[in-house]
Amino acid sequence: MSAEGEPANSPLLAVGQLTKLFGTFAACDGINLDIRPGEIHALLGENGAGKSTLVKMLFGVLAPTSGEIIWQGQAVRINSPSTARKLGIGMVFQHFSLFEALTVAENIALSMNPGVSLSRIAKEASDLSHAYGLPLDPNAHVADLSVGERQRIEIVRALLQNPKLIILDEPTSVLTPQEADRLFETLNKLKAEGRSVLYISHRLEEVQRICDRATVLRHGKVTGACDPRKETPSSLARMMVGSDVAHVSAEGTSAKGAVKLEARHLSASARTPFAVSLKNICLKVHAGEVLAIAGVAGNGQGELFDALSGEYPVANDDVILIADKPVGTRGINARRLMGAGFVPEERHGHAAVSALSLSDNLVLARSQSDRRAFLGGGVLGLIRQDAVKMAAKRISEAMDVRKSGENPPAGSLSGGNLQKFIVGRELDRQPTVLIVNQPTWGVDAGAASRIRQALVDLAKSGSAVLVISQDLDEIFEVATEIAVISEGRLSDIYPASDLSREKIGLLMGGMYGKTGTAETAHAH
Amino acid sequence: MRIELERRPDVSKLFSILSPFIALGLTLVFGGIMFMLLGKDPLSALYSFFIEPLTEVWSLHELAIKAAPLILIAVGLSVCYRSNNWNIGAEGQFIMGAIAGSILPVVFYEWQSPLVLPLMMLLGMMGGALFAAIPAFLKAHLNTNEILTSLMLVYVAQLFLDWLVRGAWRNPGGMNFPETRTFDATAILPEMIASGRAHWGFGFAILAAILIWFMMRYTLKGFEITVLGQSERAGRFAGFSSRKMIWFSMLLSGALAGLAGIAEVSGAIQQLRPVISPGYGFTAIIVAFLGRLNPLGIVVAGLVLALTYLGGEAVQVSLQISDKPIRVFQGLLLFFVLSCDTLIHYKIRMMWFDLTDTTADGVR
Repeated sequence: MSAEGEPANSPLLAVGQLTKLFGTFAACDGINLDIRPGEIHALLGENGAGKSTLVKMLFGVLAPTSGEIIWQGQAVRINSPSTARKLGIGMVFQHFSLFEALTVAENIALSMNPGVSLSRIAKEASDLSHAYGLPLDPNAHVADLSVGERQRIEIVRALLQNPKLIILDEPTSVLTPQEADRLFETLNKLKAEGRSVLYISHRLEEVQRICDRATVLRHGKVTGACDPRKETPSSLARMMVGSDVAHVSAEGTSAKGAVKLEARHLSASARTPFAVSLKNICLKVHAGEVLAIAGVAGNGQGELFDALSGEYPVANDDVILIADKPVGTRGINARRLMGAGFVPEERHGHAAVSALSLSDNLVLARSQSDRRAFLGGGVLGLIRQDAVKMAAKRISEAMDVRKSGENPPAGSLSGGNLQKFIVGRELDRQPTVLIVNQPTWGVDAGAASRIRQALVDLAKSGSAVLVISQDLDEIFEVATEIAVISEGRLSDIYPASDLSREKIGLLMGGMYGKTGTAETAHAH
Repeated sequence: MRIELERRPDVSKLFSILSPFIALGLTLVFGGIMFMLLGKDPLSALYSFFIEPLTEVWSLHELAIKAAPLILIAVGLSVCYRSNNWNIGAEGQFIMGAIAGSILPVVFYEWQSPLVLPLMMLLGMMGGALFAAIPAFLKAHLNTNEILTSLMLVYVAQLFLDWLVRGAWRNPGGMNFPETRTFDATAILPEMIASGRAHWGFGFAILAAILIWFMMRYTLKGFEITVLGQSERAGRFAGFSSRKMIWFSMLLSGALAGLAGIAEVSGAIQQLRPVISPGYGFTAIIVAFLGRLNPLGIVVAGLVLALTYLGGEAVQVSLQISDKPIRVFQGLLLFFVLSCDTLIHYKIRMMWFDLTDTTADGVR
């Protein structure tokens, strides 16, 4: 499986003036980039900077509008993923494309040429995964695997093609710190074999830790090419964002008030075979507090949000309390009327309907809580467009939502701007309880810091805020208290100042140490 | 080789508006080719198909008679389709509405009162709604596919009607013809204007279109329908119940189809026969889409499709060909409407490489 060494100074892959236009919008604008054999090359940039578009062109998913791609000294046209694979380019996408009901080996077989027997694939995959320190049982069903293990399948699948260049898109966004460390070891092994890695990330520490060179993108253009180890995180951030990012200030968070949101031994069985069931979750959020729930994706965060928001009410009334009133069986609008606000993880098709205008998306969340202001005509329930539009405008101004036109469809906004609107939609009501799932997932740095500051400010003004997040940086920026969710169980709640990343990492892996005491301590 | 539909980055406003007209134009072209292949002069065939019926008062009345059930049914279906409930069984709901509404003039024919007609209309709506309640129940509680259940129930309704008019409800003085007794004058839907046959069914259709248009455009209910149709999850976030929406949309469209059924029987046929519909319930699906699922667009589309029925009859007489060209025409029209709409949102991309090597490899 080893690749023969290339002359160290001639690039493995060089990209010249690569441009991709969508209509008149240049997602990539004259990109120059070269990757040497045996290096780990970072591609840095905010969301929407053009990183994904660039790698999709390298992997043959998108066709470039103009520019050239030179592979080992020869100009090539990569017009399909199979061409890319034949050249020796492998790719691990950020969102996995795996069938949960199939086994690891079956999933791998799907991307191979037909005619290779399943047992041979299983053997090769198993050998390869152990050789690179990525242990994997080829006969396990994907549904039973953790996200980290699923990523290994994708990596092994790419490695089976014996690539010279492996592209990894945001690989650590779904991993615990310990899992990420293991991934880095694997990457160093690949590098030692003379393979190159294109590593896409917006996490600066990681890039500084493992990457030899970095190319920074902003608005589709290269804004910097550097050795990340010689830069500081703030100088890299400046290249990415174009200006200094506002620092979130959690200073002066007020003292604990009354309990505004409480879960008492909340359990809920999984609704689908691939969902996670919630097991005996106890939590309390006081006024003035930001409780952050950390955890690796797919450990029950979505299910916890569904239960707390009332999108899927639970069987008993008294396991969830908002402002001391039992609401477990009540629907989402009943909870909104008690002063709660909700921001789900998925923007499109959950928090907002992409095809509908911003004002319609305001009605979506507030048709009942703002019934008096937004509806008229008694039983007819006429929507008062003027009042709704005014409120939407007020929210857009308060949160600095940048949009084209007065009232554009939600789908036309960038992720960050839509998320600012969705968060602003709830803040505008001054909720006494706010429950947010992944508040800044896929959001650019500027918008993220704005949203985080807004959450902190809301808590300061005396509301209880619950933030479910996978992003540890975010958690340390906003949280006053931290708990960790793993396989549907919640750890004890710790003051934020008492926890380190390592401790959280251990908790994420489900190592509570004192699970027994956790349950008794929270019994009421 | 693989053919892919790729979403266009932006949708042309101009072509969105032109699309139904382009579809209509393509239908005319291919319809003309079809007549040519049948050995007829395409221009005169298209003239007697599409223009001639519009030149006389009596045929305009016929147009209104045929458009009424199409519009009534399609308006109800538009609510279903917008909320992502695929009621394909309006034909059956139309028949069951006609049967339920005919209980009074057929079974209780001796009762003559001004109340009969309004009661018939109400019974018709209930009959259609109850028949639509079957697929609604199956979908809401057993998660069955409403396309299949509603479609299969059409045949149940057709055979039930057949059985009734040959058996229990056959006219005792009708010389064994499979028909019910003709309705009493108090059970017949009156004409709208004195100049011809068109009955109040057309009025109901226009009224229904306006009411549903108002609901969709201005009320929270209309908003709920749109949201649930776009994304069930977002609807749940808004506190809307997709299960209740199944009931609402199916019962509403069933009631409107039932009303269309009893209005047709009471106004145009004036008795029950083994066959009371030339496929209105299915043609209304085309009407609903041709009208862009917009009730006002549906009024126009209903008139266009009604014209294909009339024109079809006209060419049967003038060109001596069978009634199949009408079906072909309607099929062509639906095909072109859907493909024009698709090509506005997507463009076709040919992928010239080997299929076997590209499965499940992150190409999302």
